Amino acid sequence: MSNLIGKINKLETFGLVDGPGVRYVVFLQGCSMKCKYCHNPETWYGSAPIEMTPEQLYKKALRYKTYWKNNGGITVSGGEALLQLDFVTELFELAKKDGIHTAIDTSGNPFKMNEEYLEKFNRLMRVTDLFILDLKEINNKKHIELTSQPNDNILQMAQYLSKNNKKMWIRHVLVPNLTDNEADLKKMDEFIRSLNTVTRVEVLPYHTLGVPKWEKLGRKYPLEGYKIPTKEQITKAEDILRVDSFPEKA
Amino acid sequence: MTDYTQWEGFEGRIWKDEINVRDFIQKNYKQYEGDESFLTDPTEATNKLWTALQKLQKEERANGGILDMETEVVSSLTSYGPGYIDESLKDLEKVVGLQTDKPLKRAFMPFGGIRMAEEACTSNGYTPSEKLHEIFTKYSRTHNQGVFDAYTPEMKKARHSHIITGLPDTYGRGRIVGDYRRVALYGIDYLIEKKKEDLSNCGDRTMTDDVIRLREEISRQISALKGLKEMASIYGFDISQPAKNAKEAVQWLYFGYLGAVKTQNGAAMSVGRISTFLDIYIERDLEAKLITEEEAQELIDHLVMKFRMVKFARIPSYNQLFSGDPVWATLEVAGIGMDGRSMVTKNDYRFLHTLENMGPSPEPNLTVLYSSALPENFKKYASKISINTSSIQYENDDVMKPVWGDDYSICCCVSATQTGKEMQFFGARANLAKCLLYAINGGVDEKEHNQVGPAYKPITSEYLDYDEVMDKYIVMLDWLAELYVNTLNLIQYMHDKYYYEEEEMALIDTDVRRTFATGIAGFSHVIDSLSAIKYAKVKVVRDETGLAVGYETEGDFPKYGNDDDRADEIGEWLLKTFLKMIKKHHTYRDSEATTSILTITSNVVYGKATGATPDGREAFTPFAPGASPSYGAEENGLLASLNSVAKIPYHWALDGISNTQTMNPNALGHSENERINNLVQVLDGYFDQGAHHLNVNVFGKDKLLDAMEHPEKEEYANFTIRVSGYAVKFIDLTREQQLDVISRTCHEHM
Repeated sequence: MSNLIGKINKLETFGLVDGPGVRYVVFLQGCSMKCKYCHNPETWYGSAPIEMTPEQLYKKALRYKTYWKNNGGITVSGGEALLQLDFVTELFELAKKDGIHTAIDTSGNPFKMNEEYLEKFNRLMRVTDLFILDLKEINNKKHIELTSQPNDNILQMAQYLSKNNKKMWIRHVLVPNLTDNEADLKKMDEFIRSLNTVTRVEVLPYHTLGVPKWEKLGRKYPLEGYKIPTKEQITKAEDILRVDSFPEKA
Repeated sequence: MTDYTQWEGFEGRIWKDEINVRDFIQKNYKQYEGDESFLTDPTEATNKLWTALQKLQKEERANGGILDMETEVVSSLTSYGPGYIDESLKDLEKVVGLQTDKPLKRAFMPFGGIRMAEEACTSNGYTPSEKLHEIFTKYSRTHNQGVFDAYTPEMKKARHSHIITGLPDTYGRGRIVGDYRRVALYGIDYLIEKKKEDLSNCGDRTMTDDVIRLREEISRQISALKGLKEMASIYGFDISQPAKNAKEAVQWLYFGYLGAVKTQNGAAMSVGRISTFLDIYIERDLEAKLITEEEAQELIDHLVMKFRMVKFARIPSYNQLFSGDPVWATLEVAGIGMDGRSMVTKNDYRFLHTLENMGPSPEPNLTVLYSSALPENFKKYASKISINTSSIQYENDDVMKPVWGDDYSICCCVSATQTGKEMQFFGARANLAKCLLYAINGGVDEKEHNQVGPAYKPITSEYLDYDEVMDKYIVMLDWLAELYVNTLNLIQYMHDKYYYEEEEMALIDTDVRRTFATGIAGFSHVIDSLSAIKYAKVKVVRDETGLAVGYETEGDFPKYGNDDDRADEIGEWLLKTFLKMIKKHHTYRDSEATTSILTITSNVVYGKATGATPDGREAFTPFAPGASPSYGAEENGLLASLNSVAKIPYHWALDGISNTQTMNPNALGHSENERINNLVQVLDGYFDQGAHHLNVNVFGKDKLLDAMEHPEKEEYANFTIRVSGYAVKFIDLTREQQLDVISRTCHEHM
C-alpha cells in the first residue's frame, strides 16, 4: 500500500474524447501553465476537493471496466498530470498489472531533461500506453504569451518519447486569430513529422464552455471576444497538420 | 392437420394446429448479420404521401394541436367508411386504413368516460353531440362513472392530493397488446373457430361469477373478430383467410392494430413485436422475386406512416401528465431467441431505416431489444440512428428473456408482456416522495393542509432522526400500498365491466395471464432524502401550524447517481419494501403484482403536487423522471450514473425501470465512427450489468434552447427527443416540460 495521496479535482467516468475508446478520466489538481483558453481554470491552484491513494482511485476506476472492453481505460489529465508524477506512476502500475490501457494527457510543462527527473519519468513511461501531448504553440514566444511558459522542454519531451518508442497523440487547440497562424501550423506539422511515434493528431476546436468557471473564480477571461472556429477553419488546420495521414485518425 | 395454400413454403407444424405465432417465427425466420448497405431510399410514392402527411401535421400544429374532431359518431370498428391520407394519392398507399374517415381526425370515444370525451371536444372548441350525451348519461354508463360511484372518500382524497396519481380512471388503461400477427398468419375465420372452441370449453357447468364473465367476454371477442372482418371489407379486403404474401401480411396485421385503436383509447396502444414476423413474409416474396427490396422498404415505410398517424382526443389534464400527444405505438426490433440465435432480420433494419427515409419521429415508439450478443453490425446501425435521430430506446433482452421468453412485446413505454399470452392491468403510480412527507407530518398533506393519510404521530423534533423517520415511513408506506392496491382493484373491475378490450383480447389466448402493474414515483428524491437524513443533518422548517414545509440540510451526503453504494442501497431497499407491501394484498382477477420505476413525463405534474423534500428539492418542482437520478446529483459523469441505475434488480421491478440520458454529440467522440463505437460500448457496458432500459438522446443543450425559442424553424418541426419511456417532438411539449428537459444533466464532458 502506498501512502501517496493524489490531489484530484474531478473524476469523469464518461470520457470519450481523451484517448482511445471509453475512458475514466482523472483530473488532477494544480498546473503551472496559465493558458488563456483553459476550460478547467479551477484546477490551477488551491486545495483539491478529492484526495485518494492510488489504490483507492484504482478501485473506483475499475467499476467502469465493463464499458472499456478492449477499447478504453484510464486517462490522467489535469490540471497538469505530470506535476504528480509519482502518484500517476503508482496508479498506472496497478492498472498495467491488470492489462488496463493507460493514457496521460499532458502539456509536458514539468518535463526536465535531467537524470534525476528522467529516472522517474522512465518509470512512468514503462506503464503508460499513450501520451497525449497538447502542443499549444510551436513558436516559443507565442507559447509564452499564451501560456506564461516556454515550450523548449515540451518539445524535448516529445522527442524523448519518440526516441523511446512511446506512442503519442498530439493535440492542438485551435483559436481563430490566436493559434491558427498558417506558418506556425506548418512548422508544427514539420515538428510532428520529425517524430516517429505519433499515431494521431487532433485539432480541438476552441470552445467557451469554460468561461463561466473563470467568472466563478472571479478572474477575468483573457479571450473575451474570440470566436469559436468555423468548420472551414477546422478543416484548414486539419489539412495543414495532415491529420488524415495518421494511423489512428479519428 | 390444418393447412392453407397461403402457408406454402413455411416450415413447422405445431403452429398450424394451434395458435402459436412464436413457433411459426422460430421455425421460419432468417437471421441477418450483414450491415445496412442493402437498405433503399424512399420510393416516390412514400415521398409524396409523407409530404402530404407532414403538411397535415403542420396544419394540426398551427391549429393548436388538433386538426379535426368527431362529435357525432361513436367510434367502433365499422363506424366509418374508408379514409386515406389524401384522396388524390390513395392509390399510392400500400397500407390502408384510418381511425376515422379523415387523416388525423380524432374519434369520439365515450366508453372510458362520457365527461372526458366531451371535455376533449369542448376544450378544443368543438361542441359534442347532445344525443350522445343523453345516451351515455341516461341509458348507458361508462367506466369513469362506475369508478367514481364506487370510490371511497379516502381514495378520492388520496387521488386529489396526488399521493396516488395518474390513475386510469378517466381514460382507457391501455397496455394490452393484441397479437396482431395472428390476423395475418391465420386469417379471421381460423381465429373465430378457435375462440368458439374456447367458449364451449369454458366452465364446468357451474355458473360461478368467473365463468359467467368469461363466457360473456369470449362471446364479445368473437363479435369483435367478425367486426374486424367487416372493417377490412370496407377497405375492399377479405381477411377471413391467412395473408398470402408480404403486402397482405402487412395489411392484415395493420387491420388488427387499427381495430384496437378504433375501439380503445388506452394510454398506451402498442403495436408489439412484429418485425421478425413480417420479415418471414418479405423473405418468401423476395426469394420468389415477387417483390424487390424497394417494395419491401416501401411496405414498412407505409406501415410506419400509419403508426405515426394514430391520434386520440385527450383532455388538458391528460396532456399535462403525458405531454406531446403520445400513443405509445411501441414496436420492437432485435432480441435473441431462447436457442441463442439472434432475432435480427433485415426487417429490423428496415424499421429503423424509416427514421432516415421519413426523418425522426416519436411514433412508433421504436425499441431495440438489446443484448451485447446482438450482431455487431446491427448494434452499430442502431447506435448510428440514435446519434442522428434521438428517436429510439433500448431495453435489455438479457434480463427480460428469462422472465418473458423470446416473444414478448413492450406494452407501454418500457413494460414487457408475453405477446398473445398476457394482459396487463395498468396502475399508474404511487408517490413515494409525498409518502415520506406524510410520514413526517402524520398524514397531513403538505400542500392542501388536510388529513389525507392516517393521523399517525408526526415528527416534532428540530432535526430529523434517521431511525425515527424510517419507522414512520415504513408504516405510512404500508398504508399507501394497501390503499393503492384497493383503488386499482376497483378501477380494473370497472374497466372490465364498462370498457372491456374485446378486440385486443380476441387476439390473445383465452387462458390469459394477468399482471397488476403498480408503479413508483419520486424514487431518486426518496433515496437522496433518506441519505441526507442518515449522512448529513436535516433541520425541519415548520409553518405556523407546525407543519413541516421545508428542510435545511447541513453537510454532504451520498447521492443516487454516483455509483455510491451508500445511496444506491437505499433505492434497492425502497423498491423491495414497497413491492413486498403491495404483494400482501388481494389483486383483481388473481393478477400478479409487479412494479415499475417509470414516470413518463408525469414527473413534472407529480413533483408540482409535492412539497419540498429533505434532499434539497424545492417545493412543487418536478421530480426526476423514472429511475433517473435527480438533477444535479450526478457528480461523476454518465457512467457513474448508469452504474447506480444498473444496480436496481430488474426482477423486483418487472414492469420496468426507465432511465433517460442525454449526451452531447461532441462529447461522444471526434468522428462519426468513434461516436458510433463509443455508444455501442456504453450500451454493452450498461446492459451487461443487468440494467433494464435506456433512452439515448444525442444533442447539446444549445439546440434545446434554440428550439424552445424558435419552434417555427423548419429544422425543429420533427426534432424528436426521448423522455421517460417514449419520444416526443420537443416543440410539442409544454413550456414547463421543455424547461424541465433543459434543466436535466447533459453529459458534455469535452
